[in-house]
Amino acid sequence: MSKFSKKKSGDLPAVNTASLPDIVFMLLFFFMTVTVMKDNTLKVKNELPQASEIKKLEKKDRVITIYVGAPDDQYSGTYGTEPKIQLNDKFSSASDVGDFILMERAKKHQDLQNVLTTSLKVDRNANMGLISDIKQQLREVNALKVNYTTYEGDAFNNIKN
Amino acid sequence: MARRGGAPEVNAGSMADIAFLLLIFFLVTTTIETDAGLDRMLPPIEPPENDVVIKQKNIFQVNISKTGQLLADGNLTQLTNLREKAMEFLENNGDGSCNYCSKGKKDPTSSDNPTKAIISLKNDRETKYGTYITVQNELVGAYNDLRNREAERLFKRSFTDMEAEYIKQETAPSVKEELKEKITRIQEMFPQKLSEAETASSSSN
Repeated sequence: MSKFSKKKSGDLPAVNTASLPDIVFMLLFFFMTVTVMKDNTLKVKNELPQASEIKKLEKKDRVITIYVGAPDDQYSGTYGTEPKIQLNDKFSSASDVGDFILMERAKKHQDLQNVLTTSLKVDRNANMGLISDIKQQLREVNALKVNYTTYEGDAFNNIKN
Repeated sequence: MARRGGAPEVNAGSMADIAFLLLIFFLVTTTIETDAGLDRMLPPIEPPENDVVIKQKNIFQVNISKTGQLLADGNLTQLTNLREKAMEFLENNGDGSCNYCSKGKKDPTSSDNPTKAIISLKNDRETKYGTYITVQNELVGAYNDLRNREAERLFKRSFTDMEAEYIKQETAPSVKEELKEKITRIQEMFPQKLSEAETASSSSN
């Protein structure tokens, strides 16, 4: 009788919360492995098109990214609704692209300077005129490796609307 | 306070708070990046010396109008037929010199050999980027389908598979060497001569 104390009825045992941090740590590890640190905040609408014949981009340090799209709603007041180029957090024009690439290239390690890829993240509704200007600038600075970054999917979804 | 038999229990309640803080930090500062796309090479700025005469039949001209209409080799085509037409053009084998183009129709007005076949893509300034990507996708797809077919026949593996493994960081250098040989061989069978011409102005013809 002394070993078993009488339980008062209606007394629920407290929930053991020792495993709560474990669950949260699991989520944390998921995010740590799956994501990359953001370099720059997107100021343009960037709904990438889909393509099926895609190749994975190489490591982040060999990639220079250029964003193109219509400015976000909060910026459309000042910058309009025409697609614009965003280089490293700033709106720029096509003529700035050449200098940007040279600057970024100079920041990289010597051995990597010749194997850089330029990743073009363009909104699917942008028109090709701006893109051709960018491509011309890239050719002038000899940044010939280009990757049109897309989501994986059926390419025919791009023309549906 | 009288010391109990064992060490006093650590209150685990604040561990969860620490974990939540870290989690919120990562949620806010990171993104799940899209890191795949169509890999292309731009042509260099100075035109190479044109001492090699390129016969007109070896060039497959693809034009995209500003409304998204497609002109392949002078004929109005639907996007869904583009891949097939490009494949037909590439493996046409007009002069019979290609011994792996079993399906070639040997049409004298189409390309002579896959190594001489050039696809030239031209688009208008007002063309939508989505349409452009779809066309690029189909053309690269035509090359990949032909390369995959040959790789299956020769090495029992698809070409895109071999390429993906070659690019991965984790593959051993010896495996990469072996893969590189096979990949180069297939690439020489169907070289990707896909050129992007200067675009037309918005007052398109």
